[in-house]
Amino acid sequence: MTNVVAQSLTKTYRVGEIEVHALRGVDLKIEAGEFVAIVGPSGSGKSTLFNILGGLTPPTSGTVLIDGRDLIKMSESDRTLLRKTTVGFVFQKYNLLPTLTGGDNIEIARHIAGHNGKERDPQFEEILKLLGISSRLHHKPRALSGGEQQRIAIARALVNHPALLLADEPTGNLDTENSTAVLSVLQGLNKRLGQTILMITHNPEAAAYADRTVTMRDGRIVN
Amino acid sequence: MRTLLSVFAIGVEVTLILTLVGVSRGVLSDMASRSRGTGADILVRAPESAGFSFSYTMPEKLVGFIRAKPHVAMATGTFVKSIDSFNSITGIHLDEFNAMSGGLKVIKGRLFQGPDDLVVDEIFAKQHHNLQPGDPIDFGHTWRISGIVEQGKLSRTFADIGRMQELYSGNGLVSAIYIKLDNSANTDAVKAALQKDLPTYKVDSIEEFVSLFSTNSVPYIEAFTKVVIGIAVLIGFLVVCLSMYTAVLERTREIGILKALGASPGYIVGILLRETVMLALVGTAIGILMTYGTRSLLGMFAVSFPQEIVPDWYLPVAGIALTGAIVGTLYPALRAARQDAIEALAYD
Repeated sequence: MTNVVAQSLTKTYRVGEIEVHALRGVDLKIEAGEFVAIVGPSGSGKSTLFNILGGLTPPTSGTVLIDGRDLIKMSESDRTLLRKTTVGFVFQKYNLLPTLTGGDNIEIARHIAGHNGKERDPQFEEILKLLGISSRLHHKPRALSGGEQQRIAIARALVNHPALLLADEPTGNLDTENSTAVLSVLQGLNKRLGQTILMITHNPEAAAYADRTVTMRDGRIVN
Repeated sequence: MRTLLSVFAIGVEVTLILTLVGVSRGVLSDMASRSRGTGADILVRAPESAGFSFSYTMPEKLVGFIRAKPHVAMATGTFVKSIDSFNSITGIHLDEFNAMSGGLKVIKGRLFQGPDDLVVDEIFAKQHHNLQPGDPIDFGHTWRISGIVEQGKLSRTFADIGRMQELYSGNGLVSAIYIKLDNSANTDAVKAALQKDLPTYKVDSIEEFVSLFSTNSVPYIEAFTKVVIGIAVLIGFLVVCLSMYTAVLERTREIGILKALGASPGYIVGILLRETVMLALVGTAIGILMTYGTRSLLGMFAVSFPQEIVPDWYLPVAGIALTGAIVGTLYPALRAARQDAIEALAYD
């Protein structure tokens, strides 16, 4: 089953009076349960693709289907719903809310999605075991290492069981040891639980953890 | 710090309103209490008297006419001369007034004996740089303080009525006539009889007269209260608006995170509004506590402005503070809700 389909996808935005063509016709298919890495130099359009697939910005033209839902026809509130239910984000800078504990950072994602009970489902408990952060959930981000923060960010991204996990340079702020741990976790989530993952990275070693690597340059997929 | 300042500003807004209302009520209640302190049952005023103001246009011979009426035990005329917005001198027949009121109780000095002697109460003396017997005081005419008496009897300043009539071209005239009956139960009957005999004059029982001492009966107090409430709400609105605007700027990245997690504009507005409600409620509680402080300060530095504590205003003032705070939050909240998620996530 195909999870993500992008055809002839373009994105043009204006910087002052200049039109910038960030995506110039991207065709991409990601099967359900696939772990795909997107690599490419700065300005190649990786982040723009990430933002479109995550519903953070609308495409200019083309077709994008995620889990069967067409992003091109989506309103702002539809994209908000998409972020709430269908995609999960992991960022380079972790982006945890600094005033909340790790556990509360996960809970707020559940709350936003409309789940108010304290009970979690067994599948998410397994994810927490896989991430190895159960003992760190009562700490605020400032008391956690970068690797721990990123694993909590992964847990937060997965708590609502998204069809697609989007990771933007998830190891960009981590040392080698923590990078290996986080990438192993992502790989484990993909292999053991069948989580579909799209990861953006500059690092070929990180990309090697994925099933498939896609290269972008100048707003197009070149490989 | 920003939160503390916001709470304090809302507290000041609440204190401002509660203090104004409390002082209005306190001053009027004090005036009512002093009117009761005359010991009179009925008050007769000139036809042109408005509210609780006095002129001196009533013929003094009316006092004798009233004294001859059934059930009238005592009647005495007073002569009131306004000096400025806050001060007036009340001319009295000392013996008659003492007999009716139970007597002015001297704290220092003595009651007036010379023509230019002025007796003041303890509040007036304290408010005017701690006046002492023997001190002169210039109210257009130089009076000499002969004694200081306990407060609570009609006025804060007393002089001999004859001297007042002479000084202010009011010979044979009085401002009001206070009547004490043989039995207070006869008040309505005597009042009705007097009103029949003196149809153009204002004849009121003392209780009817003191009922005029309410903020609703004094148009300028009501208008002034509204203006101060308006200013207080504006202060609360501006402080909360600025505070929440700063909060939204400080939390730009956090708002971006929430948006990335799927938070709707309503969810983000809700978070900020809940925070505002907490600020307003805590600020209101602090403001209520601070009114005890303003009452103490007024007691020390403005004794003629007694402040009542007004619990019946706690709920309305909480509503006022809440409304100002919520309105002040709307713009920052809507700005936060409309923030672009990608830009917000890139904010450092």
